[in-house]
Amino acid sequence: MANPALAQRYVWPGDDLTVIPDWVYTDETIYAREVERIFHGATWNYVALEAEIAKPGDYIRSHVGPTPVVVARAEDGSITVVENRCMHRAAEFCRELGGTTKEFICPYHQWTYDLKGNLIGVPFRRGVAGKGGMPADFKPTEHGLRRLNVTTHRGVVFASYSEDVEPFEDYLGPEVLREFEATFDGRKLTVLGHYRHSLPGNWKLYHENLKDPYHATLLHTFLVTFGLLVAGNRSLMLTDRSGRHGVMASAKSDAKALAGDAKKEMRSFKEGMKLRETRFMDFIEEFDSPWSVTMATIWPNLIVQREMNTLGIRQIVPTGPHEFIMKWTMFGFEGDDEAMTRHRLRQGNLMGPAGFLGLEDNEAIKFVQDGMRRVPDGQHLVKLDPRTPAGTSDTLISEAAIRAMYRHWRDAMEL
Amino acid sequence: MLDTRDPAANDRRIEALLLHREIEDFNTAYAAALDEQRLDDWAEMFTDDAFYVVISRENADRGMPVGLIYCENKGMIQDRAFALKNTEMFAPRYLRHIVGNLQVLGEEPSGEIRARANYVVVQVLFDRPDAKLHQVGVYHDKFRRLGDRLKLAERRCVYDNLLVDNALCLPV
Repeated sequence: MANPALAQRYVWPGDDLTVIPDWVYTDETIYAREVERIFHGATWNYVALEAEIAKPGDYIRSHVGPTPVVVARAEDGSITVVENRCMHRAAEFCRELGGTTKEFICPYHQWTYDLKGNLIGVPFRRGVAGKGGMPADFKPTEHGLRRLNVTTHRGVVFASYSEDVEPFEDYLGPEVLREFEATFDGRKLTVLGHYRHSLPGNWKLYHENLKDPYHATLLHTFLVTFGLLVAGNRSLMLTDRSGRHGVMASAKSDAKALAGDAKKEMRSFKEGMKLRETRFMDFIEEFDSPWSVTMATIWPNLIVQREMNTLGIRQIVPTGPHEFIMKWTMFGFEGDDEAMTRHRLRQGNLMGPAGFLGLEDNEAIKFVQDGMRRVPDGQHLVKLDPRTPAGTSDTLISEAAIRAMYRHWRDAMEL
Repeated sequence: MLDTRDPAANDRRIEALLLHREIEDFNTAYAAALDEQRLDDWAEMFTDDAFYVVISRENADRGMPVGLIYCENKGMIQDRAFALKNTEMFAPRYLRHIVGNLQVLGEEPSGEIRARANYVVVQVLFDRPDAKLHQVGVYHDKFRRLGDRLKLAERRCVYDNLLVDNALCLPV
């Protein structure tokens, strides 16, 4: 239901999505509504890779939006996602990042749950010597952990607070599903490690950064300096029909072919600059895809990075309007030999909190949030590429995918 | 202090103390190069085949190899230094590296010296008045003597903090 009071307070400037107001990124009421409507709404939230919980009893801690959950594999092989909150006194009972267990025991009063979240033990339930204990009509079956809807696709695990959310394939739509399946191509995943960092910006800025191909050749001068990414590269900024998901895709090409005028716009291009470690930027063909780089933004909390051969999941965990945590899970495939794993790790220097590209994105997102917080009540522009009002665009110099995302966001938020 | 009946043992003790002091001096110079953002000097403190990685304790404890920075040789360390100086966009900042609790663990048959030391990196951004603890961890090192100087053949920086505060812009 649309809320007239909110609609009066939060007025979108204009009606063509080319201007975004600051309150979208800075307001506590808006953030609370996002948690309710988006993260806890009819969305599929990334929670884990199956490779992280390969065997029965394996579990990891994760999040759906800001809400802590536990992802566990039961004896029958099924995957359960439960809130990390004891049904007795609300304690966040699971404290390890992950591990293997037979059951979950809340440390406070030792209420015990099985791997599917069923309550299987309440100490002194009948009291002691006929005194105390739980009421006679207490039914443990009614006090299991809160369970979420779960789906998996090609080894990736998603959870939802909604029982009505559409099947995952329909949720992604055919175009984005194709790119998802190009990366998760059926080979078994092997986890190579994690990065975790906090970013002082609104969580949507991360989606926008990866729906903004305009920034790639301008902010990331590392790529341009070494002629690795240029404005003339074949590229696509794809969105699904709803506008919530996106895939930024580009194909590696030769800087020598670059036109002179494009070089002039990219001030950092330096003719003849070379890396000492040239293997770093090699692209070893391994995917059934015309693209050497794809960055898929899967609404609301997942980024799938296929940056040549360095592969990773990025999970957004919002903690408020001004900050989110990013958990990265870098992976390769079963069958990678030592040389391929090392290649993925070397190329990993591009990404993550210290990556040649990654650190710049983090800084840019901080700068945007700083600007909005310190000079408040403003708005900013996403006007590039007016020929594509909102949606898929085949030019890098476009903000049409950001507009498409806000078309969906306003719909989901009823604002 | 010295035992007059066993000059050989005395020599070994003196050698151990000198080596300890030499590595301490190395770490102090290493920290100074990073604090002053002399990244070319920093890169020169490694051997040509050096392995340098900054890795979370979470990954290290689980035997997972992913590092924030992952360099397999001096060329990659020099590429990192060049990129940070010439291509990378990040807000200006002061950093202070404090290295302590040095332990010299022994000598490999190859002559490489194994050592470890705790480190702390404190960061000051220019938009806030406070210095923030940016990283705390352990250096796991292998030193090699080249001529009259020590160089790092391996430095594995294992940091304890689970979350990196935004970005790690400069090496540790």
